[in-house]
Amino acid sequence: MTQALDEIKIGGLGASRKRVEDDRFIRGKGNYTDDITLPGMLHMEILRSPLAHARIKSIDTSKAWEIPGVHLVLTGEMMATRNLAWMPTLSYDTQAVLATDKVRFQGQEVACVIADDPYIAKDACEAIDVEYEPLPAIVNPVQAVADGAPVIRDDKENQPDNVIYNWEVGDKTGTDAAFEQADMVSKLELHYPRSHPSPIECCGSIADFNRATSKLTVYMTTQAPHIIRAAVALVAELPEHMIRIISPDIGGGFGNKVPVYPGYVCSILASILLERPVKWIEDKSGNLISTGFARDVYLKGEMALRKDGKILGVRMHTDADHGAFFSDAQPSKFKIGLMHSAFAAYDLPAAHLTARGTYSNKAPGGVAYRCSFRVTEAMFFQERMMQAAATDLGMDQAAFRRMNFVRDEDFPHRTPFGFLTDSGQYAKCLDVGLRAIGYEDFRAKQAVARKNGKLLGLGISTMTEPLGAGNSREFDILGIKMFDSAELKVHMTGKAILRTGAKTQGQGHETTWAQIVSHELGIPAEDVVVEEGDTDTAPFGMGTYASRSTPVAGAAVAMVARKIRAKARKLAAHLLEVSEEDVEWELGRFYVRSAPERGVTIQEASMAAYSNMPDGMEPGLENTAYYDPPNLTWPFAVYIVTVEVDPETGVWDVLNMVAVDDCGVRINPMIVEGQIMGGLTEAYAMANMQFITFDAEGNCVGSNYMDYLLPSAWETPGFELHSEVVTPCPHHPIGAKGIGECAAVGGPAAFVNAVLDALDGTGVRNIDMPLLPDRVWEAITHRRDISGAPPVRADD
Amino acid sequence: MTIVYEDRGDETTADVPVRRIKFTINGQKMIAEVEPRLLLSHLIRRGLQLTGTHMGCDTTNCGACTVLVDGRPVKSCTMLAVQADGHEISTVEGLAGPSELHPLQEGFKQEHGLQCGFCTPGMMMAAKALLAENPDPTEDEVRWALSGNLCRCTGYQNIVKSVLWAAEKLRGSGA
Repeated sequence: MTQALDEIKIGGLGASRKRVEDDRFIRGKGNYTDDITLPGMLHMEILRSPLAHARIKSIDTSKAWEIPGVHLVLTGEMMATRNLAWMPTLSYDTQAVLATDKVRFQGQEVACVIADDPYIAKDACEAIDVEYEPLPAIVNPVQAVADGAPVIRDDKENQPDNVIYNWEVGDKTGTDAAFEQADMVSKLELHYPRSHPSPIECCGSIADFNRATSKLTVYMTTQAPHIIRAAVALVAELPEHMIRIISPDIGGGFGNKVPVYPGYVCSILASILLERPVKWIEDKSGNLISTGFARDVYLKGEMALRKDGKILGVRMHTDADHGAFFSDAQPSKFKIGLMHSAFAAYDLPAAHLTARGTYSNKAPGGVAYRCSFRVTEAMFFQERMMQAAATDLGMDQAAFRRMNFVRDEDFPHRTPFGFLTDSGQYAKCLDVGLRAIGYEDFRAKQAVARKNGKLLGLGISTMTEPLGAGNSREFDILGIKMFDSAELKVHMTGKAILRTGAKTQGQGHETTWAQIVSHELGIPAEDVVVEEGDTDTAPFGMGTYASRSTPVAGAAVAMVARKIRAKARKLAAHLLEVSEEDVEWELGRFYVRSAPERGVTIQEASMAAYSNMPDGMEPGLENTAYYDPPNLTWPFAVYIVTVEVDPETGVWDVLNMVAVDDCGVRINPMIVEGQIMGGLTEAYAMANMQFITFDAEGNCVGSNYMDYLLPSAWETPGFELHSEVVTPCPHHPIGAKGIGECAAVGGPAAFVNAVLDALDGTGVRNIDMPLLPDRVWEAITHRRDISGAPPVRADD
Repeated sequence: MTIVYEDRGDETTADVPVRRIKFTINGQKMIAEVEPRLLLSHLIRRGLQLTGTHMGCDTTNCGACTVLVDGRPVKSCTMLAVQADGHEISTVEGLAGPSELHPLQEGFKQEHGLQCGFCTPGMMMAAKALLAENPDPTEDEVRWALSGNLCRCTGYQNIVKSVLWAAEKLRGSGA
């Protein structure tokens, strides 16, 4: 009776518990949006613009209406009569739902057809005749601000040009002074190319408006169902309690499924008009050319350095191409997201960042693709700049970083841009990584290889990522503060159901949240069922992205479990007939301090909540916690890659990759490692092959998986993961930090730095991602930088 | 599959051609009447209500819709339903009986070979074809056999382990 529970055995904190959700997925019994069929359901298809920039002269839908099985053809004009031709974006701009005046990017939604069958709907889309008057297309920030550039957003008042914002942060005077004192200045300019998160499952929705009850139910691929409910209430002016958003199983999100897309809005309106369920499932080209892209930022900067390697200051400028509508899905109070988290891991006396955002005739979106709002760009620039500076100084890459790291004893540390980092063991992580890769040996091998004409390279990247939006002071979505929530109901037999405001898309919440409950209450994890994604049942929360689930919702899970434990303690005292002060807790059991053999289990206390509560106590054992984190969490990681570059072809192969992640306490080590390997693969993909670009007419190159390459099992290298450094988060209830995105954030620079290290001595300072063989070959052969994506690129 | 049209007083609906096909799905003999343009993946998902076969890219690239046709892995989004006439199709739902798991299914759970689960059925079907041909594959052989199936979550390392786990179990059981 007094034998303490083994936390790992009951699936608590630190257990590599096998995933609960797998049981349905491995049987093909998942329930993704496209798997749902409702009685009387119709199907919607979208007609998209073939042109990037054109005035719409006319839209003739008459032939589409004639096709048997067609129920409705929607155009922008019809949307406008309901004030739905435009919708607000998360970045306080507007976005066309269906185009009325102009099309502003290739793939923009022009009309949609609702029919009995998706094949008929597609036929009918082809029968719609749209007459366009082509306009010159703008595909990069240089063109956007050129004299005489056509104004893309002529729908807006007070928008005489294509500039969305000019913004700055940091200390300009202090930074100027640092540069005056510098012994030398190192410079770097690069483009973080446009990318697309591209989950394998595309976006989709089934809107089901029931006239009899006035209730609108929408099943959809969203990472943030409550935000969608709020948006529908505000945009469509429907009463919030009559809207139910259900996010069923999601086939990957990676940020792509945060925004509100026109397809969702059209399916909702169509269901209201037709009073029947309407399903819209996007095809892959539609997904790649119209939904939330990521990155597309031109970065330049310079670093003020002392001769001995000490960094004195950094200046940065970003030119961000936001596409046709400023619809970045980012909730911070900062125009360019958390770009100014750059250099947070280094002890920098002064820094200043300026940012400009411009429109272009490219898809809008600006999503945080497996990162916390532009942190990927920030960390990429940071680590590319660190490599360039070390090279300019003639210093060892590792020594230069170690010298400038924020030291363990200096936390909490205020970064020059104003963030407060709170914990970490940066040098230790680096040492673990260097040892694992065999740093000294590799350098020796590299020197020998070079004499034999073989190009070996080693790239180091570190990152610290501000994860877990909010706090509510600096983060909100359309004014709604960024907190999260958990609701726990313990039944009389001690089994429980937990619901949170987050939404899993593969991260394994159904498994890990139960582990937190298990850790706090001693209830075996298998006795806790976890539900998310239904706004009628889940407590209000902001969803899952930016690695915020564990930092925010996960904290709420711990807090609600503690509330339950506090009540259970009173019940235990009642059962043990002692005062509450005399009751002690060990995992899963309350006992009398003076007589430890006298105790009651959490299950017995649960039963008492329904059958034997003390006089005056409210029955039941349920509670809800809302958690507003005091700060972001700051995981740290070191990624080290070795490569061999073939000078004849420009092809490069990964020899080894080592990842050292310090994400604080790991709830489920197996799942954490799965997240890291997934992130490293996306990092490799961005560095090596993922390429979405545009020709001069604004045609999207990369609109399918033949052009937009994702690595397969064959290309993807193996990874060696290290978990020996653990610095718990000082403010998180269980000491955890975010982890889902770190590797995708910090990884790309490691690969690029490795290839450029292999090219050391050729004078090549930069090759923009993706490092395709032709780019690497050209850099080697012509000994020049390959910077700026086509068609910006000036060939000589 | 039945499609009911609104009667608009013309005969256009009668123009939709329909073909009768006979095939076997997960061991069960079936007859279907399909439009010639209907994709096999749609016959499986909508006609047979077997939604475990997913559609990711509808262009033969991602492999989420992989099924076995006469034991060979095929991306069902790029095969017409009429082409299945006379053939045997197996999907994820046919891997094991109601209360059983195929070693591949066990392996994917044991080795954390899935996250969002969307690519998993296609991945397992491709792996099943590999193991039928090569019961003791090397890591490289697994990687090559699965190179037509994309996964965005796992980074493949655990998928490879899952398949090797299943191969070992299958060899042990003499299956």
